[in-house]
Amino acid sequence: MNAGSGEYLIGARNLVRMFGSRRERVTAVEDVSFGIREGEVVCLVGESGCGKTTTGKMIAGLLKPTTGQVFYAGKSVWNPRGDRGEDFKKFRLGVQIIHQDPYASLNPSHTIYQIMSAPLLHHKLVANTHEALDRVIELLTTVGLSPVEDFLYKYPHQLSGGQRQRVSVARALTVNPRVIVADEAVSMVDVSIRVGLLNMMADLKRNLGVTYLFITHDLAVAKFFAWEGHIAVMYVGSIVEFASTPQLINNPLHPYSKALLAAVPEADPELTRSKARVELRSQDIPSLLALPSGCRFHPRCPYFEPGLCDVKRPELLPIGENRYVACHVAAREAGAVS
Amino acid sequence: MENKASTPLTVEDLWVEYQIERGVVKAVRGVSFSLARGESLALIGESGCGKTTLGVALIRLLVQAARISKGEITYWRGNQGIDVLSLKERELRRFRWRECAMVFQSALNAFNPVLRIWDQILDTAKAHGGMSKNQVRERALQLLEYVQLDPKRVIDAYPHELSGGMRQRVLLAMSLLLDPQVLILDEPTTALDILTQRTIIDLLRRLKKEIGFAMLFISHDLATAAELADRVATMYAGSIVEVGPVEDIFYRPAHPYTLGLIRAVPTVTGDFEDLISIPGAPPDLIDPPPGCKFHPRCPYATERCRVEEPKLETHYSETHSVACFNVQRVQQDTLDLQERYAKYAGGKAQ
Ligand SMILES: Nc1ncnc2c1ncn2[C@@H]1O[C@H](COP(=O)(O)OP(=O)(O)OP(=O)(O)O)[C@@H](O)[C@H]1O
Ligand SMILES: Nc1ncnc2c1ncn2[C@@H]1O[C@H](COP(=O)(O)OP(=O)(O)OP(=O)(O)O)[C@@H](O)[C@H]1O
Ligand code: SF4
Ligand SMILES: [Mg+2]
Ligand SMILES: [Mg+2]
Repeated sequence: MNAGSGEYLIGARNLVRMFGSRRERVTAVEDVSFGIREGEVVCLVGESGCGKTTTGKMIAGLLKPTTGQVFYAGKSVWNPRGDRGEDFKKFRLGVQIIHQDPYASLNPSHTIYQIMSAPLLHHKLVANTHEALDRVIELLTTVGLSPVEDFLYKYPHQLSGGQRQRVSVARALTVNPRVIVADEAVSMVDVSIRVGLLNMMADLKRNLGVTYLFITHDLAVAKFFAWEGHIAVMYVGSIVEFASTPQLINNPLHPYSKALLAAVPEADPELTRSKARVELRSQDIPSLLALPSGCRFHPRCPYFEPGLCDVKRPELLPIGENRYVACHVAAREAGAVS
Repeated sequence: MENKASTPLTVEDLWVEYQIERGVVKAVRGVSFSLARGESLALIGESGCGKTTLGVALIRLLVQAARISKGEITYWRGNQGIDVLSLKERELRRFRWRECAMVFQSALNAFNPVLRIWDQILDTAKAHGGMSKNQVRERALQLLEYVQLDPKRVIDAYPHELSGGMRQRVLLAMSLLLDPQVLILDEPTTALDILTQRTIIDLLRRLKKEIGFAMLFISHDLATAAELADRVATMYAGSIVEVGPVEDIFYRPAHPYTLGLIRAVPTVTGDFEDLISIPGAPPDLIDPPPGCKFHPRCPYATERCRVEEPKLETHYSETHSVACFNVQRVQQDTLDLQERYAKYAGGKAQ
């Protein structure tokens, strides 16, 4: 996938991010490449600690990749010396992130009006406080917080979890972003409120053309929100499969994606109790401090081929129209040539 | 008291409230249910509806600010009924874990980080009495093996050396230490990843089948309930608004709130389904609305709903109860689901 080409609004090529001291260095993101077309949704799914948030933060420019590139509108965001590229400011405004923890991300001592008007005034997107108020009211209405007057002068702790998430979305919208990185934006809210929140975000896509990198560990949410887009499945720091959502959900090819889809409980007794299982060879999630050789999934993988999988790292290979898989066996069966 | 050997736990009209500065939080309002031997009952409902409060009340471990204002909780061992609300502190300690063990919602993170698993197990066993140190060790090793852990390694490990799924297994093993007949599990799989969740669900199913305890498990996740429950109870604003066999709750729900939950959760596999959100938010339990507590959010609400609170009454069958005045209209809107009911019932008959 050539994320730097004009085809994609935003994307990544061979992103790597390490953390820690020289003595105990972990690679949180090992090799991530993907692209998102304008107005499209790409969902990043995978288990806790696999590097979703780290990837999202790099895409939003909040974390600098150790190596690799982030592209925005066809240009590399960091220049070859690792400094901010010339359009960095445009990029930072164009790509907004909604953080995983809604409690930590809204300043508790500011009212909703203050939280929302600050970026408007700071970036001179409005001429004065009067205009700021109008715009705040407009945005709160867009995210479905009404009557708006009830919310303007409240503090974050006075709102429910769902309402706080709406404020986070509204705040991200203040600077008219083209891309929103939504990190577990609905995971903390109850099912009865979740659908409304997802529909609101889908409306932003429809009406404002917002492009999403949508991070979630919940496959049902991914299916619903990204049905017309793509899903990228991550496993310990890398994307192992990238496919259109219906393909990924109903015909996964990577053994890890297959295992996830077979294991996930369904909200339907008949369906969930009659699902075929995928037996893994081990339940242990590898430690980042002692990564398995070759394919990171090989100690657990039902397809494991000794001498191949434990030796050579599979690349993310194209196997169809905008469809990729990183598995020696799955790629071979799909007829890919490396 | 009559013989209820096949029903280890009965709860009658239980009310629990919290006294806070702003007023009285009516967290559990008139809950009645019973648990049959060997069955699993799932308690579903959204955050703050009183699930944990109910669970904790059943073993009388409520915080200071809470008060059971009314009701009866009875555990049955053979012919003998134990009136839990009249137990003294010492008897209570013997009762907990022996009759009824609970795995708490936050327990995964509540392990004491400086104590090895063995010390934590020993502490629990000591607090509830009756076994020698050697007996405890032997039983603990047995149980750890039973929940598919490497007993020798795990018993001497510190909590941080174990993954979330392993810690959840340790908690399950610990809860079985004194062979309780009722197990309360508060969100047993919520914090876990999909693959880990799957192993815990399969383990719970096996334990239930082999040991035969009754299980009350609390979850806001409908999928876990669909997997594990024999019966499901939907809780809203402190009350059970519907209870019935799992296939009834999913394929012919009769309460608008249960139906709302089901319409709001997609299945993962299969085609795209449009989801419908439930408007509004759950009520303030200090000052709940009059009448049916769901009426401000309910698409079926009529004038009567605004003034009178519906009581649980049977519908479809003796085992299915629902608290709603407009069940007939709700039923009309579940025809698509009912088709799946026929399929499920057919599958079970084979
Ligand atoms: N600032 C940091 N310093 C050290 N390690 C970090 C840092 N941030 C993340 N990590 C590690 O990198 C790995 C990936 O973390 P990340 O937060 O990206 O995972 P995630 O997929 O978002 O997980 P979750 O689903 O739990 O949110 C983890 O092992 C984490 O502990
Ligand atoms: N210690 C407490 N003091 C005062 N109010 C409390 C206390 N614990 C719970 N409550 C209130 O009682 C009600 C029921 O809470 P409870 O924890 O039982 O809900 P729950 O259904 O378990 O929610 P969740 O799904 O979030 O765990 C809530 O309104 C809550 O705010
Ligand atoms: S009683 Fe009325 S308000 Fe309550 S759930 Fe039924 S229809 Fe809705
Ligand atoms: Mg994260
Ligand atoms: Mg709870």
